[in-house]
This record gives sequence, structure tokens and C-alpha cells, in this order.
Amino acid sequence: MPEPVVVSASGLSKCYRIWTHSRPTSLSDRVDHLISAIRHPGRSEASERPRKETIWALHDVSLEVRRGEVLGVIGPNGAGKSTLLSILARITEPTGGSAEVRGRVSSLLEVGTGFHPELSGRDNIFLNGAILGMSRREVEEKYDEIVDFSGVRDFIDMPVKRYSSGMYLRLGFAVAAHLDPEILLLDEVLAVGDRAFQEKCLARIGEIVHAGRAVIFVSHDVASVARLCDRGVVLNSGRVAFDGAIDQAVAAYLASTPLGVDDNAAIEREGTGELRVETISITSAEGPGVVIPDRAAEIRVDFRGSRGIRSEPLRLEVGIHSTQGGMYVLLSTDFDPSRPLDASELGGATVVCHVPDLPLKPGKYTVSATLQRAGGEIVDRVFDKGLFVILPTDYFGSGVLAGENHRAPMLVRHRWDVEPRIEEMVDARVSGAAG
Amino acid sequence: MGVGVEVQSPAPLGATVLIRPTSGPIPPRLRELWAYRELFLILVWRDIKVRYAQTKLGFAWMVFQPLALLLVYTFAFSHLARVTIPGKIPYPVFALAGLSLWIFTSRAVLTGSESVVQNITIVTKTSAPRILIPIAANVSVIVDFMVSLLLYFVIASSYGYFPTWRLVFVPPLLLAAFTLTLGMSLFLSATYVRYRDVGQALGFMITLWFFISPVAYQLQTPGRSIETIVQAANPLVGLILAFRWALLATPAPHGLLVAALVETILIFVIGVVRFAQAERTLADDA
Repeated sequence: MPEPVVVSASGLSKCYRIWTHSRPTSLSDRVDHLISAIRHPGRSEASERPRKETIWALHDVSLEVRRGEVLGVIGPNGAGKSTLLSILARITEPTGGSAEVRGRVSSLLEVGTGFHPELSGRDNIFLNGAILGMSRREVEEKYDEIVDFSGVRDFIDMPVKRYSSGMYLRLGFAVAAHLDPEILLLDEVLAVGDRAFQEKCLARIGEIVHAGRAVIFVSHDVASVARLCDRGVVLNSGRVAFDGAIDQAVAAYLASTPLGVDDNAAIEREGTGELRVETISITSAEGPGVVIPDRAAEIRVDFRGSRGIRSEPLRLEVGIHSTQGGMYVLLSTDFDPSRPLDASELGGATVVCHVPDLPLKPGKYTVSATLQRAGGEIVDRVFDKGLFVILPTDYFGSGVLAGENHRAPMLVRHRWDVEPRIEEMVDARVSGAAG
Repeated sequence: MGVGVEVQSPAPLGATVLIRPTSGPIPPRLRELWAYRELFLILVWRDIKVRYAQTKLGFAWMVFQPLALLLVYTFAFSHLARVTIPGKIPYPVFALAGLSLWIFTSRAVLTGSESVVQNITIVTKTSAPRILIPIAANVSVIVDFMVSLLLYFVIASSYGYFPTWRLVFVPPLLLAAFTLTLGMSLFLSATYVRYRDVGQALGFMITLWFFISPVAYQLQTPGRSIETIVQAANPLVGLILAFRWALLATPAPHGLLVAALVETILIFVIGVVRFAQAERTLADDA
């Protein structure tokens, strides 16, 4: 018997009224617009005057999730992933359509929501628990487990403003990890914290899944979606472009991803934004987007930024991610101190990373880029860009192509030999003589 | 899976929630408020604790602030400006009677209006009914009111003024003031999310409000109709006069109180409707 349907959305739509050009967020903006409209009545139709425009962030989205199912929602920035999750989590109302949700829902869209910096870790556990929908008794019962899970027991009576960001995240996730939902809505929370912490989070989500709960996971980290989910929905321009097995969904998504960075993506990307990554492309002698493991390749990152940015040292990190999961290669300007980057030279420039070879298993890869200040503040960060393929090749010179069926992520050239060991030979001769 | 947390097997499926567009002047999900009572209490507790418990002097601030205001008013209005007071009521007793209600009103409007913007992550990241936030902010200010009222009783009795049977009117008057501040908070907090001008205007507006309300001075019997209109248009005039009547038996403000109560209910209804309309898509504006 199939598991019961716990989430069923039919014809969900969400319309935003957004301002072309700058949206007035204060009365003075509105007054300015009014004044310019009065002064230049002929120009009222001109394009420079901000107008409200209707944007359909979601358009007629229907889907069903059964108990025990882990649905990954992927799609380019601005495709409506977060909007869909916000509607199902009852953060905002849809403009049209409806959804039925059966069972206790927990939405985990952020770690540590409502944490107050002045309150102690203990107080914040109760506060955050209540905000996430746990009863006081429930939090009291699980309090010790939560504290143990977080690993910040020694600091539990200290205001969280004195916590390191890692401690803060661990405490926040510890509370969330003890929710007992029937339906879990997850948004990108795994993109935070160090590797060990992310593993812990993934393991915990795995437990929730194995307990037969339904999970809807939204992310632009294709790798973690592919790892966690068994079904995938690809959203594109607010519509369902694909709904099916996760590997097919990932392939459908990647096939539709343009090589450049989507310009409308500004909403979902991270960073302070003085400089923006415009496009990332990877090229080799074989052509754009195609790499052969033992040949040189170039990763080109085009930046856009206003002129006159103050001079300061910046670090660019480029990650190469497998579409199967995980970052395989990290390239950083820190590892090549011979060419430091400066903020003042990047606007309108292209940063090129030369790689002599890229010995990775053939398959599809994406590139992420993070531009950071010396202190760690992120200026811009983009994921899942610069899709490229590594072609099968006779990397080992054995006459056999190392292809996508290669069982390990890396290709390393090697040579075999057999060396006799003296003592074993002596032993063998002695025992031979005795026999 | 090695993380040491047990997950219980799935319980029978719970109630079905229908998500669809709603409209109308009634706040959505009112029926769910009871289910969120623990969150409500914890928000009230947090607001109080954050305001006072983490400061070095803690709750002493609650007493010190009205006391300091009282000293300044006494010096300014009784020594520098010589305000006339009905009967023989000493100025500090007279002023503190109005001040305790003013402290509640001004702080409730201020914290209530700022509450949603200050707790914007609850709006953008959780499904908790948003209306809880301004209500909790207003309720938390009742503690400040209690402390300043206690201070009034201490100072008034030191001058020989003791509470009478009229004290029973204090709770209903507080309820009226609460209804007024909640209505204003609902309207302003929902507007603040979209228009950050509200933040700039609030402090200014409250200062103006103080000067047109008879907190630290005695209201003169209106001679011209324009004065009557200004007094009747400010609901706080009727409330403060009635409050002072309940504590000190000053003349009762019959007509002004009726005007104040009518305006309070009107402001409350407008606030609820405004919040209900904004609440549905509040996260989109943030």
C-alpha cells in the first residue's frame, strides 16, 4: 500500500508586485517620484520612472509528497524555490491555488531564529524552541539532549552574544534537531557551519527521513540535494519543469543551467555586493565547458563592480563541485601569493586561474566562487555556475578510457612494481632446507 | 546514525491544514492563537528580561526612570514654570499620577510599533502568528506600569494621600489605555515593515503627544471651541484625567472620557484591520 499523501499542492501561484528600477521604501522616495512626475508630466511614461510590475514567482505549481519521501526542490535563482517553501511553511500566503498539509510541520529555514544576543544559551533554547513550535514541557524533556548535541554545555549560562559563530550555529541546530515533525521543510540550512557540523546535520536529517517523515528540501547546492533526496522537482520561472527521480532531476536542472551567472539572481546570492561575479566559465583547448583531465584548463571569473572601489586585498576561492555531491577541488588566491587581488582592480576585470591538469573522474561539474575580504566578510558568493564536463580519456595510458564508470572521484597516475623482501627470502630458504 | 538522537516512529497523521489565499478585515488564524500561548508568554518574558535583567542595575532601572522624570518635571513645572494645581495636591503626587499612565502609554506605543521590525526573523522564517509580536510587546510594558504605580503609592502616602474606593477604576482604565496602545501598535508596526520612516517619526510623535496631554500640567477649563476639539481629539486627555480622578479625586472628565473611549475603540478596530491586511504577506515586504 502506498504511503499517504501528506503535502498536496494544487495550482499554487504567487504574485509579487515589484518596482522596476528602485522600489520606494520610504515616504521620501514616494514624494520624489511624485515631484518628478509633476515636474515632467510628459516623461511620465518614460522608462526611468519606477512602476509597479507584476512578477509571478510561482505559477500553477502542483505537487504531492507522500510520507517517508524526501523531495528535493532545485532550480536556478529566482525560480520560486524559496517562495514555494514560504507558502508551505505558512510564512506568506499564496495569491492563488491551495495546498493541503497533513500533520505536524516544522520549517527550518534558518538556524537560531529569534535568538536574542543578550540572553543566555539556556534561555535561547526555550525561546527558539517556542518559536519553532515546541511546548515548554517538550523543551524541558529534551533540554539535556539538546545541550549535549550542541556541545556548548560549559557556556550555556553565558549570553549568546559572546558565542563564536560556530557555537551559535551548533546551539541553533541542536534545538532544531530535536523537533519531532511529521513534515520537515528545509531551506539551505546545511550551507552553514564547518564540514563536521554539516555532516552532523545531514546525519540527523537522515534519521528524520528513516523515521518515515516527509521532507521537502530546497537548495541550490545540487550536491546535497542529490545526496539527501530520492525525488526531485525542478522549478524554472515559477513553474514545475521536471518532477521525477532525483538523478534525472539533477540532470534536467544542469542541462538547463546557462554557463553564465543569471543576472536576476541578485536576490539569493550572498555577500555585500560591491563587486559581483558576472560569469564563470571554464575553457580548455577542447573548447568552452569541456575539459580533458590531463590537459591544461582555465577558469575565468568575470567581475562587475562600480568604479572607485577602495583598494583592499581580497581573496577569491573557486570550488569545483561534482554534481554527485561534494567539493572536490579548492583553488584559492591564498595558495598562489604571487598574484594578490586588490578590490580596486576587479570591477570590469576577469580573474583567470590556470590549472595545469584536472585529474578528476569524467562527468559533470559545477563551479562556485567566493570573494572575501581579508577578515572573512563575503563580498560575493555564487554556487552551481560554470557547468562543465570532463571527458573520458586514456588518462593512464593503458589503452582503456577512464570514464564515468570510474569508481573513485580522482585520477592519479601510478606505476606498479614487485619487490622481494630479503628476510622473507632467507626465511623461505631456511624452511625449505629444513623441509 | 551515530548522532545520538532518537526519532520516534511516526504518530498518526495530525490535523489537515488548508493553505489558501484569504482576505477580509479579520486577522487570519485567530483560532490558532491559543495553541501559541506558550510562545506568547515566552515573548513577554523575553521582552521584560532583555530590557532589564541584563543591565547591571536590573530592575532598579524600572524605579529609577519614573523617579528621575518626576524630579525633572517637579523642578521644571513646579519651580521654573509654576503650574497651577487644583486643590492643595502637592505637585509630585499630581504629576506622578499622570506620569504612571503616560509611561505605560508612551512605552507601549514605542516598543509595540518597533516590535515587528525587531523580530523580523520570526516573520520571515517561521509560521508563528505575527499578531503575537505586538501584543506581547504591549503586555510586557504592563510591568513598567505596575512599578511606576507602586512608586506613586509610596510617594503619595508619604504626602498623606491614600487610595480610595475609586482605585477599582484603575484596571478598567489600564485596559482602555492598553486597547489604545495596542491599536496604535498594530497599525504602526505593520506600516513600519514597509516604510522605515515610522522609526524616525515615532520618537518625534511621542514627544508631541506628551506636550498635548495633561501629564505634567493641569488642563485649563476650555474657553474656546478649538481647545475643546484638540482635547477631545486626543484620547489620552480623557484617559489621564479619568486616571487622576481615580487616584486623587480630581474633577471627573465626563465628556472627554466618552470621547476617549470612542476614539480608543475606533483606533483599535483600524489597527486590527490594518494588521490583518498586512499580516498575510508581511514577510514579502520585509
